Amino acid sequence: MKIGKKDIEYIAHLSRIELSETEKETFVSQLSDIISYIEKLNRLNTESVKPMSCAINATNVFREDILTSSLSLEEAQLNAPAANGVFFKVPKVIE
Amino acid sequence: MRLFEYTALQIKEKIISGEILPVDLVKQFIEHIKIIDPHVQAYLNLHEEDALQKAAQIQKRIENAEKVGYLAGVPIAIKDNICTKGLTTTCASKILRNFIPPYDACVVKRLKEEDAIILGKTNLDEFAMGSSTENSGYKITRNPWNLEYVPGGSSGGSAAAVAANLSIMALGSDTGGSVRQPAALCGVVGVKPTYGRVSRFGLIAFGSSLDQIGTFTRDVKDAAVLLQVIAGHDIHDSTSMPVPVPDYLREIDSGVRGLRIGIPKEYFAAGLNEDVHNALKDALRKYEQLGAKVVDISLPHTEYAVAVYYIVANAEASSNLARYDGVRYGYRTSKSNGIVDMYCRTRSEGFGNEVKRRIMLGNYALSSGYYDAYYLKASRVRNLIKGDFDVAFQKVDCIVCPTSPVPGFKIGERAKNPLEMYLSDIYTIPANLAGIPGISLPCGFSKEGLPIGMQILGRHFEEEKLLQIAYAFERETDFHRKKPVLKFSPTQKE
Repeated sequence: MKIGKKDIEYIAHLSRIELSETEKETFVSQLSDIISYIEKLNRLNTESVKPMSCAINATNVFREDILTSSLSLEEAQLNAPAANGVFFKVPKVIE
Repeated sequence: MRLFEYTALQIKEKIISGEILPVDLVKQFIEHIKIIDPHVQAYLNLHEEDALQKAAQIQKRIENAEKVGYLAGVPIAIKDNICTKGLTTTCASKILRNFIPPYDACVVKRLKEEDAIILGKTNLDEFAMGSSTENSGYKITRNPWNLEYVPGGSSGGSAAAVAANLSIMALGSDTGGSVRQPAALCGVVGVKPTYGRVSRFGLIAFGSSLDQIGTFTRDVKDAAVLLQVIAGHDIHDSTSMPVPVPDYLREIDSGVRGLRIGIPKEYFAAGLNEDVHNALKDALRKYEQLGAKVVDISLPHTEYAVAVYYIVANAEASSNLARYDGVRYGYRTSKSNGIVDMYCRTRSEGFGNEVKRRIMLGNYALSSGYYDAYYLKASRVRNLIKGDFDVAFQKVDCIVCPTSPVPGFKIGERAKNPLEMYLSDIYTIPANLAGIPGISLPCGFSKEGLPIGMQILGRHFEEEKLLQIAYAFERETDFHRKKPVLKFSPTQKE
C-alpha cells in the first residue's frame, strides 16, 4: 500500500510528533518502502495460526499484597523538568 | 601482557592473589581509554572517580582478607540504556540528556554485589534502534578493526569497548540482534540469553516481547562468568522466569562429540558474503572433526522474520516511548502553547529521525483499520517462525549459521536507506521472535581483515549447552585471540 502525505500527518498526530514539510516528504517515501516490504506477509495464509505475543510460556504472575518501600517523593521528582515538591508541574490543561 | 589485555577469569585470580591491585588495573584502563577512545568513541560517559573509589575499597578488603565478590575488581562497561543509580543514563537520546536514574537496574545491582567495577556507559543507536550505532544522538562509534567501518549496533559502544581493550567485559541489550551483530562485527563474544533468563528491570524498554540483556566478552568462558552473575529470576521483572541457573563453567569443557548441529539452508542463501560463507564452512568442518554430526535443516519462514520484526518491535516501541512527554523526567521544550503542544514539541525536538520513523511505523500498524492487517498478521507469522524452530530442535541440539550476512559496512553506507539497514539483522531477528538464546563468536576474517562471527542458537534456557558448543570451537582456534591494531599517542589526532 502506498502511504500519502495525509497518512503521514495522521500518524504524526497519533504519535504526538511535529514534522516539517521536508520531513513529511522523506517519511512518505521511506515509510512507503518499508510498508511495501512488510506486505510480503500477505503471501502467507495464516487463518488457522494463533497470534503470538510472548515467546515463552509465561502466565500472569501474582504476589502477596504486602506493603514494601518504593522510591521516595523526592527521588521520584529528581528528574522532573518542573515540580513543586508535591506535584509535577505542566502547562495549562483545561482552557 | 598489559593488564588491560587479560580476560576476566585471569584477572579475577590475579586480583584475589594480590598479584594485581584493583586500583592499578583501573588506572591502566582509564589511561588506555583516554588515548584510544577519542578515536573509537565507544564511551558516552566515563566514571573515573567512582571506578577508582570502588577499586580502592575492594583493594582494602582483599588486603584485610575480607570476603569479596565473584567479579572482584573486574572492570565492566554498561550500555547506556541500562539504569545506573546516580550516573546519567541517556539511551543516546537527547530526550534523556540529563536523566539520572534513582535506582540501579537488576543486572547492575548484581554486578555491584559481586564487586565488578563500572568504568562507564557506552554508546548505542538512540533507544537501541539501529544496526550501526550511527543513530546515536551524541556520537558515532567506530569499528576498532577499521575506523572507517561501523561497529554494528545497537550495542556498538559495548562491542567496540571490549574489542579495543577499553573494558574487559560489557553489557548490552538485544532486541533484534543488538548484542550478537556488533559482537560479530567487532570480533568479540556476544550472548543473547533466552527471553526471561535475565531480569530487564532497569533496562529502558524498546520492544518488550523481544528485549533481552546480553553480554560482551573476550572469550566464551568469560561469557559464562558474566551470565552467571546476571541470570536468574527477579521479583521486579515478571517476565524473568524462575528457572534454576546452572553453573555455566561446570560442563563447558564437555565438547561436541555426538551432538547434532543443524544448518538452516535459508541462512546460506543468496546475499551471503563469500568470506562469511567460507568461514562458516571451515567452522562446520571443524565441528565435524570434533565429533559433531552436521545435519541439513530448514526454517522455511525465515524470509518473513524482518517484516514481522519491524511491525512487532515498532508497535511495542510506539507504546513504550509514549512515556517521553516532558512531564516526569527527561527533556521538555522551552516554549509551548498548552499541554498537547508541549508533548509534540518536546518529542519532536528530543527524538532523532530513526526513533520518529519507528514510532510512526508502530502507531500506523496499531491504528484503527490497520491493526488486523499489520499487527495481528505479524503476530500470527511470528508463531510460524517460532514453530520452525520447535520442529528443528526436535532433530538437532543447536543451529549454526552466520551472525551477519556481511563482515561489516562503512560508516554512512547504509544510513540513507532504513530498509537496507533493517536487513542487516536478517540472521539475528528470528531468535528474538522465538525467544531462544544465541551466541556469536569469532570464526574468521574477511579479505579486508574484518572479523567474522558465527552464531549458535539453542533451545529455551539451554545457554549452558550453547556455551559448551561455542567453547569446543574456541579452544581449537585462535580467532578470539587476534586483536585490532590501534596505535595512537596521547596527543595524536585522527
